Order: sequence, then C-alpha cells, then structure tokens
Amino acid sequence: MLEVAGLCAGYGHVRVLEDVSLSVGEGECVTVIGANGSGKSTLLKTLGGLLRPSAGRVALEGADVTGTPAEKLVRRGVALVPEGRRLFGPMSVAENLALGAYSRGKASTAEDLERVHTLFPVLAERASQPAATLSGGEQQMLAIGRALMSRPRLLLLDEPSLGLAPKVIASIFAVLEELRAAGLTILLVEQDARLALRHADRGYVMRTGRVVLSGRAAELAANDDVRLIYLGGGYGRDTAG
Amino acid sequence: MGSREVSWELLQFGVAGLKNGAIYALVALGFTIVYASTNVINFAQGEFYMLGGMFATFVFAHLGLPLGLAAVAAVVATAATAVVFELLAVRPRVGGDPMTIIIVTVGGSVLLRSLARHAFGSDELALPAFSQGGSIMVGGAAIDRQTLWVWGIAALAVAALWVLYTRTRLGRAMRATAVDGEAARLVGIDTRLLVTVSFGLAAVLGAVAGLVVTPLTQTAYDVGAAIGLKGFAAAILGGLGNPVAAVVGGIVLGLLESLSVAFISSTYKDAIALAVLLLVLFLRPSGLLGRTRREKV
Ligand SMILES: Nc1ncnc2c1ncn2[C@@H]1O[C@H](COP(=O)(O)OP(=O)(O)OP(=O)(O)O)[C@@H](O)[C@H]1O
Ligand SMILES: [Mg+2]
Repeated sequence: MLEVAGLCAGYGHVRVLEDVSLSVGEGECVTVIGANGSGKSTLLKTLGGLLRPSAGRVALEGADVTGTPAEKLVRRGVALVPEGRRLFGPMSVAENLALGAYSRGKASTAEDLERVHTLFPVLAERASQPAATLSGGEQQMLAIGRALMSRPRLLLLDEPSLGLAPKVIASIFAVLEELRAAGLTILLVEQDARLALRHADRGYVMRTGRVVLSGRAAELAANDDVRLIYLGGGYGRDTAG
Repeated sequence: MGSREVSWELLQFGVAGLKNGAIYALVALGFTIVYASTNVINFAQGEFYMLGGMFATFVFAHLGLPLGLAAVAAVVATAATAVVFELLAVRPRVGGDPMTIIIVTVGGSVLLRSLARHAFGSDELALPAFSQGGSIMVGGAAIDRQTLWVWGIAALAVAALWVLYTRTRLGRAMRATAVDGEAARLVGIDTRLLVTVSFGLAAVLGAVAGLVVTPLTQTAYDVGAAIGLKGFAAAILGGLGNPVAAVVGGIVLGLLESLSVAFISSTYKDAIALAVLLLVLFLRPSGLLGRTRREKV
C-alpha cells in the first residue's frame, strides 16, 4: 500500500527526518512510536503532503507520489488526521464533515455521512454545534469522521489519544478496529506506545528523526529497550499491565 | 439657526457619511478577503479602486461603450489585472514569509499606479452620473442620485458576497481556509487557487467602489493610496478577516469622518482614518467585532 524509502524532510533548513524507510501493507495497522520531538508528526505531515521531502521516495499502491501536495493526495485515498485535530472551530460539526468530503466534489455524501454517524453517534446529535465547543473526545471523533468523509484507503492518524480519558480512548480505538476490519489501512502515530502496540500489527520506533527499531508489535512490546524507554518498564521485570 | 435646520444639517452629514462609509466598506472587504486567504495585508487594494474608475472612464470616453458596459468592462479588467498580479508576484511567495508578500503588494501598488499614469495620463477624469436628474429631497436634506447608486451597488455587492460565503462550495472552502489553511489542504482545498480567487474578488469590490464614486469625485491615477488607508482603517476598526466587521467598520469610519466635519472642521477629515487606525491598534487590535485572535482548535 505505502512504501517509503530514504525519506528526509524538515522545516526550512532544519532537517528533522533522516533517511526514514518504512512500509505499510494493504489492510495493515502499523504504528510509529517515539519520544517527544522524535519526528513522528513530521513524518506524517510529509506522508500527508503538508511537507515536501528533501530526499527519498514515497510510493502509494506502486505509484510514485513523492512531493504530491496534500490537496492532491487526499484525492488518491490518503487522509491525515493531524496532531491537535485541526478542526474548523467556528464552523458546525455538519460543515466540518461536509468539508471532509470536499475532495469528492459534488458526489453524494449521504451514505458516508450515515456511516460516520453510525460510528460516532454523538456527531449526529451535535450536528449544528460549532466544532470548537465539542469536548476533546468529540473533537477527536469529528477529526476522524472528517477524514473518513474523503473515503480514504490509507488513514494517517497522529496521536488520536492525546489528552483524552481512558474510556474515550477505548471507544475511539474500538472504532479504529472496526474500520480496520472493514479493510482500511492505518498508519498510527502514538506517544502511548503500550496502547499503540496493542492495536497494531507492526511498529517502528523513531529517535531523533530516524527509525531505530522495527518489528512485529508483539516483538516490540517484549523488547527490553522499548520496554525501558517507551513502556516505562525495567529490564527483565514484567510490567505489562 | 433653528433646531430643525440643525437636525436637517446633521442628516445631510449623515448621508455623506453613509455614502463614504459604503465605499470604505467595499474597500475594507477587499482587504479582509485577501487577509482571510493569506494572512497578509494587500497594500495594492487601493489601486484596484483606482483602476476601476480609470478603466471605466477610459472605456466610456475612448471606446464609446455605454456606461453600463463600460462599468462591467472596468470591473473585469481590474479583476484580470489583480489575478495576473497575484499569479506573477504573489503566488511564488505564498507559504513563505508573510512579510515578503506584504512588500510585494507595496511594490505592486507603486507599479500599478505608475502604469496607470502612463496609460491614462495624470489628469483627473470623470464619468457622467449613472442616472440623470436633480437631488432627492428628504425634508431639508438633499440626496444626490449617484449616492443612491453607491448605496444600491454596495448593498448588492455585500449581498452577493454573503450568498457566496454561506451558500456555495467555494465560499465554504474560503471560510475553512481562513480558519486553518493546512487543515483546508488536508480535505482537498487548493488554497493557492483560493489566494488567486481572493485577489480577483478583492479587485472586483475595489473596482466597483472606484467606478461608482467617480461621477461624484472624479478619479486620477493617484487616488489609490488615500482610499487604501481608509479601507485598511475600516477593516482594522471592524476586525480583520471578518466580512461583516469590514462592512460595519467602513460605515462607522464614514460616519465618524462626517461627524468630525460637522462638529470640528473639515481640515481633520482625512486624519480621522489615521487616528482610528492608531487608536484601534493600541487599544483593541482585534477590532470592534473581533474576538481576540483565536488559538488553533
Ligand atoms: N513547524 C516547525 N518548525 C520548525 N521545527 C519544527 C516544527 N515542527 C516541529 N519541529 C521540530 O521537529 C522536531 C520533530 O518534531 P515532531 O513534531 O515531528 O515530533 P513528534 O515526534 O511528533 O513529537 P510529539 O510526540 O511531541 O508530538 C522537533 O525537534 C521540533 O522542534
Ligand atoms: Mg507529534
């Protein structure tokens, strides 16, 4: 589905990503974990077309999409749910969802809207409310719902759990599982490594802009370095909760 | 002087204030629309006003088209000029340092002014009134027929803009881009194209304002700077980036100017805009109707 090779990107002259390579198979859920500032968001912004890579190659379903801007990538089936949600705050929930389908032109969106409302019933109740007045969890649901309105095949998620209560996180991840079961491919960035590795098939660990470790989620969760640094456990001690 | 006469006189000042205010509102809308898509003040906005009047006088006097057609041609030509300016000078810099774009618009304003001087000369040019006949008397106050045109056309432009913003896909995309340009790109909005569209729209509004007042004030290649300052002051007064606020700001500024003429002296009329600008920037940078600048949601 997605093949990334030797990707370098940054802001102005500041280089953040160094030679990042990864792949996401069709229908897979892959996670990228790493500490604050390790470049996870920069990676997703580059894959979502908000940043232009300075080197490397990105292929989507075999086609080269390196440097394709966000507004075109979304038409090719890539949707990014950005860090911090980035909703259209003064606009209503309904308008945010309608904008989510912007890339599909005048095509009918009734079916998609119904699907999003089934996944997140609260968005139907709040349809006419300004997005900025939603609770944090509702905002995250709207951000995901907005992305789904473009009918993506690859969903890029940047820290969907950020700042949310455990119960809300659980309900959001339940929806993500449901989407996966329906065939959506997911690339998930999380700081909460435990949570991410529980839901993903495979994972990559980033440190200062590089991928330093990768493997099956279960292997990573059992890896001593990962446990020490990202899961808050000690060497050799069983801290799995 | 009886109190009755005084109140008619006040009404007369009110009419003048509302006439200028409608013009300022159109120019302020131009500032606001470009600001919403770029976060940048377009200092060439006043030149669109100038070009509207100049193109209209030229087409009417030299090509001999009827007034209505000359007006339409002037609006189209001004919009085309603005779009070309945006594509050549602004677009390569979109996404970079906003200051660079601001400087480009200052340069564009100087360039458009000197081009207009070469093309149309440095004389004052006039257009006939849109409809013939004397002023309409409202009690003791006289309302020039052209003033009615100013109000009517300004109201029409504002209504059209309102429909665009609230009823169309393009308008919704423009509002979304004003809130968050990156999020807008993520849903598939071509925000660069919207910058071009916003320059075109701003030019249409400026040109309409410029040509509808030309029968009252005449026009010349150098009228852009002064009206630019006033439109900018009006936009700031209302709160940049909000179309409703731009209209309110324009009308309030027009009325303030008129009141200053009525109660102080006409000497200070043109200083009002500057005073308003400075006061608002010091006391309430978000404008009359503005909220304090929103944080990212
Ligand atoms: N807009 C920006 N301009 C310049 N530097 C930036 C910008 N955004 C991020 N950076 C820098 O890039 C590096 C990586 O940041 P990034 O946001 O990608 O990290 P992250 O892994 O997502 O962190 P977090 O877990 O805190 O979200 C950091 O050093 C950060 O300071
Ligand atoms: Mg991040």
